Amino acid sequence: MTFAYFIAGILAIACFMCLYRIGHGPTPSDRTVAIDILGTVVVGFVCLSAMVMKKDFYMNLAIAWALISFIGTIALAKHLEGRRFDE
Amino acid sequence: MSSNVIVGYILITVGAIFDFFGCMGLVRLPDVYNRLQAATKCVTLGTIFILVGTAVVTATPAISIKAILCAIFVLITSPTGAHALARGSYLSGVKLWEKSTTDKYKERADEIKSQSGEAR
Repeated sequence: MTFAYFIAGILAIACFMCLYRIGHGPTPSDRTVAIDILGTVVVGFVCLSAMVMKKDFYMNLAIAWALISFIGTIALAKHLEGRRFDE
Repeated sequence: MSSNVIVGYILITVGAIFDFFGCMGLVRLPDVYNRLQAATKCVTLGTIFILVGTAVVTATPAISIKAILCAIFVLITSPTGAHALARGSYLSGVKLWEKSTTDKYKERADEIKSQSGEAR
């Protein structure tokens, strides 16, 4: 269990680095990249929760989070490019 | 501790270290494209290691199969999102770092911009 807390600490530091880049990024592209990366890190975090709690519905959360993060990234990329979402 | 737990813990540790250094690259590197390539490659690999490590440690089908599915899904979607983000960043006019040497996407970007200008 101590091992899981250690890994959770490393991932929490990684999440705070992403949050720094979201808050401080000079251009909107920096913030979008950081949002994408934060989504991927959180998928690993939720998976670690599934390992510690031994409940399988956390994996449903991980799959749903990956899907929604991907859709959000694509939508923000199209918005950056200057196109509408239905093109 | 049985052997699958030890192997899974090693995989999870390697994955967490990859995640950490990917996010460190996100903070330290100078422009959008450097940050994008460092963070996307490292964090994708690290998250896949964590997912596979969880599948090995728990060794119950309800968690392991979903973890492998999620790993395949992240492996497909993360490069796709990074590609779309790089294209969107370039076409939105973000400049490269001043010490970057090559810019092979410039001609194609000009072509895309002229085409979209004609369409409107």
